[in-house]
Amino acid sequence: MEQLLEVRDLKKYFKTPRGMLHAVDGVNFSIPKGKTLGVVGESGCGKSTLGRVIVHLLDATDGTILYQGQDITHLNKGQMKEIRKDMQMIFQDPFSSLNPRMTVAESIEEPLKNYRICASRDELSQRVSEIMETVGLAERLAGSYPHELDGGRRQRIGIARALALGPKFIVCDEPVSALDVSIQAQILNLMMYLQEEKGLTYLFITHDLSVVKHISDEIVVMYLGNVVEKSSTQELFEEQLHPYTKALLSAIPSVDIHNRSQRIAMKGEITSPIDPKPGCRFAPRCPHATPQCFSAAPALTEVRPGHFVACHLCK
Amino acid sequence: MSKQLEIKDLYIDYHTDDATVHAVNGISFSLEQGECLGLVGETGAGKTTTALGILRLLPKPQGQYKGGEIHFNDIDLLSIGEEAMRNIRGKGISMIFQDPMTSLNPVLTVGEQIAEVVRNHEKCSKKEAQAKAKAMLEKVGIPAERSEEYPHQFSGGMKQRVVIAIALACNPEILIADEPTTALDVTIQAQVLEMMRGLKEEFHTSTILITHDLGVVAEMCDTVAIMYSGQIVEYGTLEEIYDHTMHPYTIGLFGSILDLKKDVDRLQPIPGMIPDPSNLPPGCPFQTRCPHATDRCRQENPPLHAVGGSHTVRCHLVEKGGMA
Repeated sequence: MEQLLEVRDLKKYFKTPRGMLHAVDGVNFSIPKGKTLGVVGESGCGKSTLGRVIVHLLDATDGTILYQGQDITHLNKGQMKEIRKDMQMIFQDPFSSLNPRMTVAESIEEPLKNYRICASRDELSQRVSEIMETVGLAERLAGSYPHELDGGRRQRIGIARALALGPKFIVCDEPVSALDVSIQAQILNLMMYLQEEKGLTYLFITHDLSVVKHISDEIVVMYLGNVVEKSSTQELFEEQLHPYTKALLSAIPSVDIHNRSQRIAMKGEITSPIDPKPGCRFAPRCPHATPQCFSAAPALTEVRPGHFVACHLCK
Repeated sequence: MSKQLEIKDLYIDYHTDDATVHAVNGISFSLEQGECLGLVGETGAGKTTTALGILRLLPKPQGQYKGGEIHFNDIDLLSIGEEAMRNIRGKGISMIFQDPMTSLNPVLTVGEQIAEVVRNHEKCSKKEAQAKAKAMLEKVGIPAERSEEYPHQFSGGMKQRVVIAIALACNPEILIADEPTTALDVTIQAQVLEMMRGLKEEFHTSTILITHDLGVVAEMCDTVAIMYSGQIVEYGTLEEIYDHTMHPYTIGLFGSILDLKKDVDRLQPIPGMIPDPSNLPPGCPFQTRCPHATDRCRQENPPLHAVGGSHTVRCHLVEKGGMA
């Protein structure tokens, strides 16, 4: 299948007073056209930084980003502007990612105006109403301001803005985390409908494994800037190989009150990403860590067809 | 078992310049010793207002009691003076607030903040209070040496442990936990829930757990109250609510949840949004979103129907033997 986006050994380091912060440290994956890759991990694992580097909101420290076979890692602003028509982003917090002084229609118009897509005022307002209808925003809200709307509707504006230019690829950074469950379900259904309708490709970033399971074809599990496990969604939920993925999955409270699964206790918290020590980054919290884990970092290896794990214990 | 807390027909309004917001509209429930009650609902359902109402911490002057009674061990909380109420807060009923990042004082060490509660409620010297603070920190899994540190030196999960230590420092009879783990990562949430369960067994504290997460409720609670638009729409034991869900709203909530153990193609979300609490629809507040709403639902707010055991449901359809 044609790969829409490919990332090779991507790195993003930040200089801090206390040393080099390894936010994203050697990540590899590719996303086929029309599919969804889920990136899952806890706060501070580098998943949002990864999304931002891919759409060039941050510059990569090292590595390559290929979009439709073209190397876009070092494009300048002008070249990137062209590509942005194809690559858009939906942000986590619809409360802070919208301009409070723009009406709903103005917010959706903005990208269309920037790229001079519409020839006339009439065509512009026509396009805006079409997009609003697609994302399920009532026409009467066109003149409202973001503060007058609830979280679900605000996130629909965020989605409308991302869709305005007719992109092929969208990075979704925790698009439903700030919403109530009933609204979350509405937005997820909308995003899946749009994908089918328009053949969109998603990079879906979230901390919520149940959301990622629902929407993704393939999943990447991140821990402290590294990919620790990568597999198709079905296979990953049937069998997790990395101890971190296992612990993460067992930590989620289930609504099933009769079949309680055994919880894997994970001691401590995520360690510092600043100048990380050699060895496996999960070793300090891992219940199975051996001396080898503290001295050498395990490489991401294909242990089964399509199932990759970075762990010394899975061979 | 004895009733520790009893709330009868509580109404709370917020008065703003533009409108009157009906946040809590006739809530009744009781809590027995050692019980853990889950108060579940979406944003704006009135969960936090109920909790603040119990502790008489409603924002003044907007928040006002419009009716009802709150009894704690036969004390009528709405009629006692402020001084007496202050003695109950922290010792009788204590609260864990939602956001650990903002509920700690940034200029006091965590040890001082725990000792402050102890000194307010127990006759003891500064030294004793500090020793107690250190012991509490150990109980919630933080080394006692860290009592000299300030909140910004702790991670989110650690701060929430400090907040829990403050809430439990005087061994309260009732603990109200308002979304105690919502701001935390799942693995840290698992640690905090595990700890809360351990402490509950050790101290026999009764708990009201406010959350929107039905998974957390399934792990922690004995009884569940589902709230919608300031009312309890369904109440029962964990088994009654999870195995015999009856109210259309509760059914909708379960339909919106992604469960890792189940494969669903598309979710069945509840259409629409919660009604504006300053402009509630006539009849049942859920009628605007309910797939089964009839003319009667649009005119008359249903009473709570008992459907066996402790299970009660606020829905007209239950009268006829439930919905299809």
